[in-house]
Amino acid sequence: MTSVLVSLNRILAVFLKETVQMRRDRLTFAMMLGIPLVQLVLFGFAINMDPRHLPAAVLVEEQTPIVRTLVKSLEASEYYDFILETDDPRESTDLLARGEVAFVVSFPTGFTRDLIRGDRPQILIEADASDPAAASNAIGSANTILTRALNRELKGATASLAASPAPFELVVLPRYNPEAKTAYNIVPGLLGVILTMTLVMITAMAMTRESERGTMENLLSMPARPFEVMLGKILPYVVMGAIQTGVILLAARLIFDVPFVGSFWVLVLGVTIFVIANLAVGFTFSTIAKSQMQAMQLTFFFFLPSILLSGFMFPFRGMPHWAQMIGEGLPLTHFLRVVRGVMLKDATLAQLQAPMLAMCAFTAVMMLIAMLRYRRTLD
Amino acid sequence: MSIDLAIDVHGLGKRFGKKVAVSGVDLQLPRGEVWGFLGPNGSGKTTTIRMICGLLKASEGSGTALGFDILKDADRIKAHTGYMTQKFSFWTDLTIRENLEFVARLYRLPHMRETVDSTLQGLGLADRQHQLAEALSGGWKQRLALAAVTMHHPDLLLLDEPTAGVDPQARRDFWDEIHELSSRGMTVLVSTHYMDEAERCDRIVYLANGHKVAEGTVADIVHRSGLVTFRGQGTGVRRLAEKLKGLPGLDHVAYFGAALHVSGPDADIIRATITRETSGDVTWEQVDPSLEDAFIALMADAGTDRREHA
Repeated sequence: MTSVLVSLNRILAVFLKETVQMRRDRLTFAMMLGIPLVQLVLFGFAINMDPRHLPAAVLVEEQTPIVRTLVKSLEASEYYDFILETDDPRESTDLLARGEVAFVVSFPTGFTRDLIRGDRPQILIEADASDPAAASNAIGSANTILTRALNRELKGATASLAASPAPFELVVLPRYNPEAKTAYNIVPGLLGVILTMTLVMITAMAMTRESERGTMENLLSMPARPFEVMLGKILPYVVMGAIQTGVILLAARLIFDVPFVGSFWVLVLGVTIFVIANLAVGFTFSTIAKSQMQAMQLTFFFFLPSILLSGFMFPFRGMPHWAQMIGEGLPLTHFLRVVRGVMLKDATLAQLQAPMLAMCAFTAVMMLIAMLRYRRTLD
Repeated sequence: MSIDLAIDVHGLGKRFGKKVAVSGVDLQLPRGEVWGFLGPNGSGKTTTIRMICGLLKASEGSGTALGFDILKDADRIKAHTGYMTQKFSFWTDLTIRENLEFVARLYRLPHMRETVDSTLQGLGLADRQHQLAEALSGGWKQRLALAAVTMHHPDLLLLDEPTAGVDPQARRDFWDEIHELSSRGMTVLVSTHYMDEAERCDRIVYLANGHKVAEGTVADIVHRSGLVTFRGQGTGVRRLAEKLKGLPGLDHVAYFGAALHVSGPDADIIRATITRETSGDVTWEQVDPSLEDAFIALMADAGTDRREHA
């Protein structure tokens, strides 16, 4: 018996055993599929940093075609839902104070006349700033929307006004996501966050469960090598990771309408490396944790910095230097660059070389630690 | 190191931190024999077995199992050894068949399906093969475990209290199985607390406080204990034990059914003491000491030894 070599049979043995156990643990299995959906709904819908359809009022004394156009253009942006049009400033102010509207857009008396004369009249947007983040995008995009609408309107005799300095400050919307939809940023990132959470936890638990139930002693008394056990244990969850990825990508397309402009196969490569990286982390945790409870705690110890310092929650470039350094050491940071690059920017494999290699390096180091730490005895 | 010895270890010891679990244990187990491993809880039986099959690294001593170095060649030992843990350690969330298949694959047995089929037949579990192992009763779990750890036809079988908590009939069947395996050339080291099981072994080894305190056949050990035992019967033995316990020269006083056994090293002292203390209807006669009497004497001696060394 050449028990010195790595045996595919033994990897297969562990793989099959693990697959059956995974399927039989209904609750965990349901969690593996349920967690992605719950998180998608929570982060994708509930945590919306770019709210739309905010109630608004218009304060105007004259009904001219130009004013109509401007109001319509604001409404078409989906940020503003005008629920009231009035010429009484007290009524609009009252609505704002009571929180029934988030904005009051007011056109001053003689707005149309002043505009045509080139006097650059002002449009005032009063915002309910008690939640500044909620309104900032609506205000930010208003300038652009109004300028565009005006430029379309100013023809013939008044066309010269369009060329003159715009009456409103221009805001440059970010590229790749001109409407600044949060979902475009969050949903691809969620792919990485969900894979990190479920895969690290599940592998860490699968191994500590063997110790806790006393089956580890049995496994160790049989001729299975660390590498065979690790690979056999990890592979079923690679398949699980692939299923989760499919679910999330489908939801990204069907529910959140996130574009996918890059290469599918580059993303598959990135996901594969990333999944193995996380499984290696889970396996390493399982060599440290003495119980499933500890495995769970270690998972969160890894999960929190991943979520906070990877650029998922906060813009990466906005973090202090030391935080960025920690972030660079996390696989999620690099995965986010890959997934956002592929889905939103059509980045090529060559352009994504750096994050891909960083993930490979992380995986290799983590697997090495896991194998060195894997105890072949009960000592 | 001899090829005729399945286990050949010298001065085996294990420390966990500062605690010494096992110290200076020598074992020379000839191939094909069934040896019993006895001693009170915490005496180091499990630790010794684990060191032999490579599950624990010995902190002192050296030796071989099946000719392979226990410190360096654990993988080869594992390939030819079957180890049954004290607590059922197969996967309760796998079916009976899946457990056997897993083991068969890990040992890379040829004709896996047929091997598993015949093992199930042999166990009489063929029609329950798709039940979860969890559903098995204690006795059946032990039989499944024994079948699983012998499926690869190991040369050495290490059984750690395999019959703990199993009913007498199941224990008897289990031991028939062990003798059957032994007759096919398997060497067996089995730890137990049951005296009747110890009597079914070729030789027994007695551990106390991590030290080997006795080794030999049952008759040897009883003889070497140098014990003399008197059996008292009659209505007068009730409550007599409390009176006799602790008196000089009486090492061991215990009821066996309705009879009272009193053992000690010196027949004259015992006779004098029991005659003096007994009142009422008791008939005393000298009998052969049982293995249990011998063990209790061994345990007491080991206790005094420990204290003297300390």
